Amino acid sequence: MAKNYPLYIRSTPTENELKFHYMVHTSLDVVDEKISAMGKALVDQRELYLGLLYPTEDYKVYGYVTNSKVKFVMVVDSSNTALRDNEIRSMFRKLHNSYTDVMCNPFYNPGDRIQSRAFDNMVTSMMIQVC
Amino acid sequence: MEGLTLSDAEQKYYSDLFSYCDIESTKKVVVNGRVLELFRAAQLPNDVVLQIMELCGATRLGYFGRSQFYIALKLVAVAQSGFPLRVESINTVKDLPLPRFVASKNEQESRHAASYSSDSENQGSYSGVIPPPPGRGQVKKGSVTHDTVQPRTSADAQEPASPVVSPQQSPPTSPHTWRKHSRHPSGGNSERPLAGSGPFWSPFGEAQSGSSAGDAVWSGHSPPPPQENWVSFADTPPTSTLLTMHPASVQDQTTVRTVASATTAIEIRRQSSSYDDPWKITDEQRQYYVNQFKTIQPDLNGFIPGSAAKEFFTKSKLPILELSHIWELSDFDKDGALTLDEFCAAFHLVVARKNGYDLPEKLPESLMPKLIDLEDSADVGDQPGEVGYSGSPAEAPPSKSPSMPSLNQTWPELNQSSEQWETFSERSSSSQTLTQFDSNIAPADPDTAIVHPVPIRMTPSKIHMQEMELKRTGSGNSVLDTLNLRSDGYSSSDSFTSDPEQIGSNVTRQRSHSGTSPDNTAPPPPPPRPQPSHSRSSSLDMNRTFTVTTGQQQAGVVAHPPAVPPRPQPSQAPGPAVHRPVDADGLMTHTSTSPQQIPEQPNFADFSQFEVFAASNVNEEQDDEAEKHPEVLTVEKASDPASSLRVAKTDSKTEEKTAASAPANVSKGTTPLAPPPKPVRRRLKSEDELRPEVDEHTQKTGVLAAVLASQPSIPRSIGKDKKAIQASIRRNKETNTVLARLNSELQQQLKDVLEERISLEVQLEQLRPFSHL
Repeated sequence: MAKNYPLYIRSTPTENELKFHYMVHTSLDVVDEKISAMGKALVDQRELYLGLLYPTEDYKVYGYVTNSKVKFVMVVDSSNTALRDNEIRSMFRKLHNSYTDVMCNPFYNPGDRIQSRAFDNMVTSMMIQVC
Repeated sequence: MEGLTLSDAEQKYYSDLFSYCDIESTKKVVVNGRVLELFRAAQLPNDVVLQIMELCGATRLGYFGRSQFYIALKLVAVAQSGFPLRVESINTVKDLPLPRFVASKNEQESRHAASYSSDSENQGSYSGVIPPPPGRGQVKKGSVTHDTVQPRTSADAQEPASPVVSPQQSPPTSPHTWRKHSRHPSGGNSERPLAGSGPFWSPFGEAQSGSSAGDAVWSGHSPPPPQENWVSFADTPPTSTLLTMHPASVQDQTTVRTVASATTAIEIRRQSSSYDDPWKITDEQRQYYVNQFKTIQPDLNGFIPGSAAKEFFTKSKLPILELSHIWELSDFDKDGALTLDEFCAAFHLVVARKNGYDLPEKLPESLMPKLIDLEDSADVGDQPGEVGYSGSPAEAPPSKSPSMPSLNQTWPELNQSSEQWETFSERSSSSQTLTQFDSNIAPADPDTAIVHPVPIRMTPSKIHMQEMELKRTGSGNSVLDTLNLRSDGYSSSDSFTSDPEQIGSNVTRQRSHSGTSPDNTAPPPPPPRPQPSHSRSSSLDMNRTFTVTTGQQQAGVVAHPPAVPPRPQPSQAPGPAVHRPVDADGLMTHTSTSPQQIPEQPNFADFSQFEVFAASNVNEEQDDEAEKHPEVLTVEKASDPASSLRVAKTDSKTEEKTAASAPANVSKGTTPLAPPPKPVRRRLKSEDELRPEVDEHTQKTGVLAAVLASQPSIPRSIGKDKKAIQASIRRNKETNTVLARLNSELQQQLKDVLEERISLEVQLEQLRPFSHL
């Protein structure tokens, strides 16, 4: 299949990119599970996904799926006083909006890595605001 | 040979014309109007005139300086002679007759031609982009100097001699220098290494300094060839270069002429922009862009779909990443298509990039597409980019914008409510709640929502109901008021069921945001819903009812509970009756506590309260609704206030509380006011029930018992969702208070009884000895 490559990955200060990469990948399975599970509401605007709470790492993984099956996965440390659900949702919404903006660009081929500066900026600002 | 060499005759002619146009005697600038007149008099087609203007840099500068003017005149001559308009043609075309203006004299045509001997560079090869013909380069040089001069228009006119010379110094470097030129003269914003033109720049720079003398050329001499102006686009991004390149890439079939004009335009633009913001698009540039736009999209008010734009810009051979960035910057409304403005901005950025300028992180102000029709952007917004939007059907931003405004326009409420809906849907897990929610949310009008915090789970759950109850009691009045208001307002906007139902439900819902599951789910047998009805009922009605039916109501209430299921009218009928008797009972029992007062107080209180509330809120609604179900209303109101009064009494104090209860009742009553008739009806029943309860507890055990009995039978008003829940909550509360009071009274009784017992025992004791004795 090899379809689950990340279009974009960015990590917070800790810069454990590889670790996050791995976490994201593992969470993809759960995301897929959820997608297939929900028959009626194909697009779950937000999918709070607190399942992955490792004792050591103590992080939370949130998932979000768009209509076009593009998945956004967010990993946050629980040490961060657990962001409220609203915040997570709004963050996903912003992500989605930025993603659609990127999509609008005719020079962007779906499936490419996302290199849009605007997108980067948005993500950075979001991360800063969270951490 | 420099850019524009004019023969003497021409010179003279031109300066004559210049002074002719220079009505303001500025000696430097010519009034556009006059110039245009003049040009029109030249009997040239409009586009040619435009082109001339572009070429000479007037469009860029916005005015006709002497040099521009001269160049323009020369171009007119060229055009009139049938030569293609090109920058080079100014100098190359020999024997060019003087421009003919209908109204003017054109004697020196022949002489004019003569002067153009040199510069036979046949440029023509702009298509090659980079290396402009050497001669041109020279010209450019000259123009560069002129350019430098021109900006400092004031400065010009000094050194007639040198200028001509200096440009010629750098002929070899011309092609590149030309381009660089543009940057150089004004000190160049950036000595960016233009493609291949790097080395030339430096020499050019030298030439530049040398040619500073060229200033003089301006005034004294023939106006610097247009090319100079163009060339000396110091600050502006070397659009010219890019343009030349671009046109080459983009329009393969572009005539040299176009290229030339473009280039010159760019150069001129550049020059002008040396003064201004480097990102500013000069007129000529803009003209060029517009022309390009037209080739893709003839309608200037339309826009270019993303794919076409992509092809177009890809021809510029910039890396895709940069193009992508440029697109991001320039597609202002994010619709995947470019309006004219956006296109110009994008083009400009491409030019800049080609010339070595780094792309900005944000769109520079001068490139912001606000210049062009906002309606364009609006239109564009309305049409979600056809091309760009491959994915994300759900939230295309453009679709958002148009949808939002439309939403806003059409349904301001709905808009907000839609947001709330969103919130709700997100919050509420069950879909079924949505329906219920709708009413809730809808009413969630900001108004009501404000009063009653919106997001309340629709799922009828006890918790919610309890919450509701609390809320109700807490913000009972306000809620009711708002509910009232809302219900009216909302019934129209809501998508709910029937209106009356809706109204009721609105109210109920609002009140019981949390749940719809009506009293049924309420843990304690929900007391009759007096409040709902109360709220609904207009104060007037209530009062009337109260005064009239106080006694009866009580009874009616009592009788009512069993008949809960058929909420509607039937209940109403018995309701009132029940209420009356109940009321009567209550009244009677209240004798001690001035029952008259109680009912009356509530009346008063209700009345005033109702009035207050009604007045403040949607009185009409209440009235209307009240009217609809006058009986119900009255009954309910009567019962409600009474019950609420009583309840309040119970709550607050143990004894009299009549006064307290009255106001409390009123308040409670007012809350019920809000709900519309339907709920009123239901409430009526509940009220009836409640009233009896309330009364009872004040009355004491017997009544209490009755009340208690009635309570359990209180209804299961299901249907109404929120209202029901709210009502039930209220009822429960009231019941609680009643029961508490009952309890206290019973305790009292118990004590009394105990005392009696003790006394009796004592007596017995006393007697016993006797007996014993």
